[in-house]
Amino acid sequence: MKKFNVFKRYFGLVFLFIAPLIIYELVNGAVQHIRTGGNKDIHNPVVWVIILAIFTPVAIGLVIFGWYAYRGEYDWLPEKSQDLDEP
Amino acid sequence: MNKSTDIRTVIAASSAGTVIEWYDFYIFGMLSTVISKKFFPQDNPTAALLNTLAIFAAGFIVRPFGALVFGRLGDRAGRKYTFLLTLLLMGLSTFLIGCIPTYEEIGLAAPVLVLLLRLVQGLALGGEYGGAATYVAEHAPSDKRGLYTSWIQTTATLGLFLALGVILVVKSSMSDSAFLAHWGGWRYPFWISVLLVILSIYIRLKMQESPLFARLKQQGKTSKNPLTESFRHKANFKMVLLALFGAVMGQGVVWYTGQFYAQNFLETKCHINFEQSRTVMLWAIALATPFFIFFGWLSDRIGRKWIMMAGLALAVLTYRPVFSVFLKDADPKNWTGNILNHPDSVKNITAQLPLNAKTEKILSFEKGGRATAILQKTRTQGDAEILLAEFNNKTLPIPVYRKFVGLVFLLILYVTMVYGPIAAFLVEMFPTRIRYTSLSLPYHIGNGIFGGLVPFIGLLLTSTFTNDPLVGLWYPMGVAGLCFVIGSLYLRNKIDPNIKD
Repeated sequence: MKKFNVFKRYFGLVFLFIAPLIIYELVNGAVQHIRTGGNKDIHNPVVWVIILAIFTPVAIGLVIFGWYAYRGEYDWLPEKSQDLDEP
Repeated sequence: MNKSTDIRTVIAASSAGTVIEWYDFYIFGMLSTVISKKFFPQDNPTAALLNTLAIFAAGFIVRPFGALVFGRLGDRAGRKYTFLLTLLLMGLSTFLIGCIPTYEEIGLAAPVLVLLLRLVQGLALGGEYGGAATYVAEHAPSDKRGLYTSWIQTTATLGLFLALGVILVVKSSMSDSAFLAHWGGWRYPFWISVLLVILSIYIRLKMQESPLFARLKQQGKTSKNPLTESFRHKANFKMVLLALFGAVMGQGVVWYTGQFYAQNFLETKCHINFEQSRTVMLWAIALATPFFIFFGWLSDRIGRKWIMMAGLALAVLTYRPVFSVFLKDADPKNWTGNILNHPDSVKNITAQLPLNAKTEKILSFEKGGRATAILQKTRTQGDAEILLAEFNNKTLPIPVYRKFVGLVFLLILYVTMVYGPIAAFLVEMFPTRIRYTSLSLPYHIGNGIFGGLVPFIGLLLTSTFTNDPLVGLWYPMGVAGLCFVIGSLYLRNKIDPNIKD
């Protein structure tokens, strides 16, 4: 169990890298595909602004998740609601 | 009223309203082509911008926002009145969309009004699911929580079924011109909604508040600020993140791929005709829907986690093979008794065709199946050679049609595995006082954003990697795969026996 928790912690670091990669790929996709006069959604800057605006906080959430995992926050999960109360 | 009648009424009242909310949300998407023509003419840049906002903002921004607004209200004022309000808003906005004069009649006011009402729809949908799931779960005994909440899980699929069915019936009962007229048949599905909503509101008004919430309120223990408690308190926020990345984001893409991407793929990549591409979905949905209940029931016995993870893993492993079969078997060249292989038929088709000219022919096949072929004669010397440019408007032969129903059934079976147990799973993760808020946000980010992006990322990948017609599947496979890894590593399989705390 202890070894499994160590693995879970280090695996959390993977998400710290995945999240910025996702944002990089999205920005890259936007730069490559936004086109005046294009008739598809991927050519439309408004769509990209909406997607980047909504995906950035989600990616930040994934970074926080990875950080929590690395810090061992998920070694043990709460059993009852009182465990979720702030000290 | 005895206890079992009581819980049945709770489930029926909650589920009926949620089915109607999904129906209302889907008909807009399914009628988007005609809506675009009537309200958002592409030659007007402002109207085109409003159309983009109506499609993307309603799903991606307003749904999660609705989850926050109504989640907070549900944890402060109560479940019953909050999900009554969401139903009322949804029903009213849907009905009004059907009543707006077209762009030709009132100009730019038309797209502005449609956009506003579509945003209200997104807002209402964001608040509905969390309320219904919480309400049913808080009435259910601990050993039947998965079973009872799985009825709520059927609603998204039944709403799709209802929307497909109503549009199909309306469209087939009149001519195309009558359906597409300014005040034509395309408006009927919007108007029908109001009858369903009135009935559902009447049923919901008779319901009592959730007993767990009522007790909290009586004790003065409701949350003062559910948003702060849900997302600013680390202990709870880490569970919100775990719910999103370990379960809901994968469920969102599997749900979307099985029910919407598949239908779109059959229509636009396999070129199956309007009626068959919809009846394939209707049969598959009808056959698969009982499995929501089955997997909900099973999750009460063996736990929720591994059923959901199995659904994700199966999706990752089989999406490409299944969609390859769609492409291969929808190709009339692979159908039995292909008329193009028959020398006399080829002769007949090409006899009067000038060199390099294109023509359209409706071809019938010996063992069933019809397709419109676009043919081009490329050579005249010796045996005439015809180049098959493409087939469209295909009617599948019966055996192929049945096979497609079976394969779409399989895709929706995965949906039932990941989606059936998830309401009970989410309810058990969060305490009563902030449950509505805490579960609504990850659910709508998973479904609305991760799921809703399937067609956009699919288009992005298809435009980048043009040689692989299945490249769009890498997005749902990637998200489902990542979710499987996170869920398998970090979630636990234990059922929480006590959600009263």
